[in-house]
Amino acid sequence: MIKNKEELLQVRESAREQVAAYDCRILVCSGTGCIATGSMKIYEEFLTLTKDAPGVVLDFAPHDEGEHEHVGVKKTGCQGFCELGPLVRIQKGEEIIQYVKVQIEDCKEIFESTVLGNEVVERLLYSKKDVHYKHPEDIPFMAKQTRIVLENCGRVDAESLDEYIAAGGFEALTKAMFDMSREEIIEEVDRSGLRGRGGGGFPCGRKWKQVARQKEKIRYVVCNGDEGDPGAFMDGSVMEGDPFKLIEGMMIAAYAVESTDGYIYVRAEYPMSVKRLRHAIAQLEERGLLGDNILGTDFSFHLHINRGAGAFVCGEGSALTASIEGNRGMPRVKPPRTVEKGLWEKPTVLNNVETYANVPKILLKGADWYRTIGTEGSPGTKTFSLTGSIENTGLIEVPMGSTLREIIFDIGGGLKNGAEFKAVQIGGPSGGCLTEKHLDEPLDFDSVKKFNAIVGSGGMVVMDTNTCMVEVARFFMSFTQRESCGKCVPCREGTKRMLEILEKIVAGEGEMEDLDRLEELANMIRSMALCGLGKSAPLPVISTLKTFRDEYVEHIVDKKCPAKVCQAMRRFAINPEYCKGCGKCAKNCPVGAITGVRKECYHINPKLCIKCGACKDNCAFDAIYIEE
Amino acid sequence: MLDQSYYRKTDEIIEHYGRKAGSLIPIMQDIQAEYRYLPGELLTYVAKEIGIKEAKAYSVATFYENFSFEAKGKYVIKVCDGTACHVRKSTPVLEALWKELGLSKKKHTTDDMMFTVETVSCLGACGLAPTMMVNEDVYPSMTPEKALAVIEELRGKG
Repeated sequence: MIKNKEELLQVRESAREQVAAYDCRILVCSGTGCIATGSMKIYEEFLTLTKDAPGVVLDFAPHDEGEHEHVGVKKTGCQGFCELGPLVRIQKGEEIIQYVKVQIEDCKEIFESTVLGNEVVERLLYSKKDVHYKHPEDIPFMAKQTRIVLENCGRVDAESLDEYIAAGGFEALTKAMFDMSREEIIEEVDRSGLRGRGGGGFPCGRKWKQVARQKEKIRYVVCNGDEGDPGAFMDGSVMEGDPFKLIEGMMIAAYAVESTDGYIYVRAEYPMSVKRLRHAIAQLEERGLLGDNILGTDFSFHLHINRGAGAFVCGEGSALTASIEGNRGMPRVKPPRTVEKGLWEKPTVLNNVETYANVPKILLKGADWYRTIGTEGSPGTKTFSLTGSIENTGLIEVPMGSTLREIIFDIGGGLKNGAEFKAVQIGGPSGGCLTEKHLDEPLDFDSVKKFNAIVGSGGMVVMDTNTCMVEVARFFMSFTQRESCGKCVPCREGTKRMLEILEKIVAGEGEMEDLDRLEELANMIRSMALCGLGKSAPLPVISTLKTFRDEYVEHIVDKKCPAKVCQAMRRFAINPEYCKGCGKCAKNCPVGAITGVRKECYHINPKLCIKCGACKDNCAFDAIYIEE
Repeated sequence: MLDQSYYRKTDEIIEHYGRKAGSLIPIMQDIQAEYRYLPGELLTYVAKEIGIKEAKAYSVATFYENFSFEAKGKYVIKVCDGTACHVRKSTPVLEALWKELGLSKKKHTTDDMMFTVETVSCLGACGLAPTMMVNEDVYPSMTPEKALAVIEELRGKG
């Protein structure tokens, strides 16, 4: 039990000694991505190797000093480079060596060469253009990032409270509780300019102030971990990679607004986040850092986890609180706003995962320090998940105001297989597409809005010229249509009608008037839907219509899909140079659209063809192709 | 009629979360985790026990996609069709699974109750797109061939 501030300091002291006593730490990435590629087997293997090695001690014991080698095998949060998993880092003192794509067979060699010896296994290093990178911080993907929220991910055992405390955990909380007044805490957060990282960008300090002002004394602190945007996994990575930091941020909020109960709402698809958070809460309760009379003060705080049940709309504040209450997760009319009447009609601080994870550092280093990072209007950093047609996929954190070019080309390493850049979709189903001409614009909450997009939660999907933008718009619209909760007519009916029109266009049956109808519907939904998610649902269509109108027109007028994605518009043809006249395609064609004479080039009748592709897939001579 | 053991288990779950309206969703989640679906009789029972109207319990259960009144297969396969997976060709993976297992947009579970195939909007492993999840395990970088190999492996396990 940690009963007061002094005891916490003692725990930190001894935890630091413990961490420093390791001669070597083996840090195995245990983010969702690396677990999927088998990192837990690697972890087990290293544990076995360490236990079996003579003269090596796994757990720290002071009397072993000097006689044995202390080796720690740790599970860390996401090390960022998901595509090259399983990732393993070997840490000796300050030096960290990064290995990528580690397989079970490699563990023994790593253990003998790098852990026991001082040699590097070169073939497991990240390499690019014949350069081998030994340290994670040298790899271009990492070198250009600024990690505040993710600072512990990849460095600290995600399941150990002691390691978190050793890394400076709960320093911010003690500073808040013992050296600052509640007003000062809120003022500091307000002055830092921290804005909600869930998408809206509402000033965090202002929210806290409004809650603190309420007459009602029962207040709640709620964390939105319902990261529903497809293509976004930053919050999941924080919850599973550094759960204590998120909790510390929530505790500071709770202390500042005098709340005694908090809730974390985690989406159903993140079982690992739920597991790590539960584990973290259990440890904190056991040590007395959560519960009644924390650190011997009259501050009490109880933290609960609610799992989502597969409704995207629960990412909206009032829907989320409704869901915690055990109701259908439907947004309600505002005002009253969540700060006045949130969970169980009580004043509620509702922020997302990344926002809370920023708070400890702000209190510790001060608002002025925080404002030196990022832009005037959007201080701090932003995490993004970089995916799609890009060389380096993964989790990144950059200062606000970084340009898309820096993110996609410097950090992301450009497009996959040297493909040509077409667009980047940011903000998920509530966001829009940015193109070549936006590459050098600084990215922050305000700038992106000008281009009909939003920073959103931070999903960033890069698309090359093989992507059809009309199809992308249809994809997002089918998502929002499916996820519409059905409460308000503009969203429920409007998204359905927009989807029908988009489906008609990709099927090659569009008319020019459809574009006007799409715009009309989009504007209607944008101005009349009940909640933020509904209002932003038409954004993917609005932004693609604006930037890629030609592509829509080609689909409608020429009945052509320039990216050759839309199945209904593909036109199959046979190349006479390759065709041997075997007749296999004619046999395979389910509608008899292919005719010809044996040993001469066959012919496809486009009027009968249903574009199924059966002929192309089965041609032994690759003679069938899709026409430009 | 459900066996008495179902009610005993449900009592345990209700006890754990407390007899209050706010416990409805976690209780239903645990029942579903136990039986792989939400038996209607149990939902009626839960409503009565925690003091809410049966209609309310059904309105909540039908709102959320995760709750199913039909039994699911032993292996629930969720093919991710999030943006990153979609642009990296998740649809052929889904179609290959449907074809292999004789399933479709309308039919989600095989007759032998082994497999349920669903789509999901994002599993949060976008760096390894396209992905799919079998029960709670995420499988990275799927292709139609790899997905079929997973099915073979699971069939082997029984």
